[in-house]
Amino acid sequence: MRATLPVMFGYVPLGMAFGILFQGLGYPWYFATLMGLFVFAGAAQFMAIGLLTAQAGLLEVAVSTLALNSRHIFFGLSVLGRYRCRGLKKAYLIFGLTDETYSLITSTEPRGDQNEQDYYLTITALNQSYWVVGCTLGAVTGSLADFNTAGMDFALTALFLVLLIEQWAKIRELFPFVIAILSGMLAIALLREQMLLIAIATAIVVLVLQWRMSGARA
Amino acid sequence: MSGATYLIAVIAVMTAATFLTRVTPFVLLRNMADHPLLLFLGRYTPPAIMTILVLYSLREINLTTAPFGAPELIASLITVTLHLWLRHALLSIFTGTAFYMFVVQTGFFL
Repeated sequence: MRATLPVMFGYVPLGMAFGILFQGLGYPWYFATLMGLFVFAGAAQFMAIGLLTAQAGLLEVAVSTLALNSRHIFFGLSVLGRYRCRGLKKAYLIFGLTDETYSLITSTEPRGDQNEQDYYLTITALNQSYWVVGCTLGAVTGSLADFNTAGMDFALTALFLVLLIEQWAKIRELFPFVIAILSGMLAIALLREQMLLIAIATAIVVLVLQWRMSGARA
Repeated sequence: MSGATYLIAVIAVMTAATFLTRVTPFVLLRNMADHPLLLFLGRYTPPAIMTILVLYSLREINLTTAPFGAPELIASLITVTLHLWLRHALLSIFTGTAFYMFVVQTGFFL
């Protein structure tokens, strides 16, 4: 699945960075694997290092994780119609809806006659496997001595840039991009730390308003 | 709580909280996938989020001190130019990333 290769180049070094930090806490390596398998959320896992170090209470863990990941609510909102399968398959697709998985499934198409639900499942599973491998490698080796991965995570920036161009090629309407740039700048000015959540929430609110105004005609 | 028990509890709580944020819209809006507003959002949210993710991943660039964000900006420019030219996603991403890794690891701009 060539579409997911850029994610591999982002997830493996990032997962390793997490694994290395995690291993520094003194827990056995396989707990890093478990976190990759069950939590499967990059930013939240990095936050967990700090929470574990501080021996934070479980309520604090719950609230911080909800706050950090609440942007995912908006991801689901815009892929409701895409995830048509049922049962465990659908549960797994929802479970694995990371920033990168969302980006790929909304911006790329299955090749040839592949079923699109299978395409979504393959992307989700491959992305998670890269992440789990990265987390495990980092925790087991505990250092990046073998191969210098510095800068490799730029692959995710490059992936988002490429998918942005693909979105433009698909949509060819300026307003969602303009709304996003303004929301992003507003969010950076307001609260840098929560930039993603504020920017995405603002953009969605503006999109809904836009729909209401144009919806009167439709 | 012992070390391992505490860790397992933390992992369980984080797993539940993360899944909750991802599953909420599917549960609350399960019969509304074809609602016109959701179709509208399904079309226009991805380009908006992609734009925001680009801004987000470039937000730490420091434009006021050397190297003035040059590694990120040039690597981005390479990626975008290649992609507009050849529309080959992997080639664009790998070239931009390889350039960025080279620059960061050799301290080319410092």
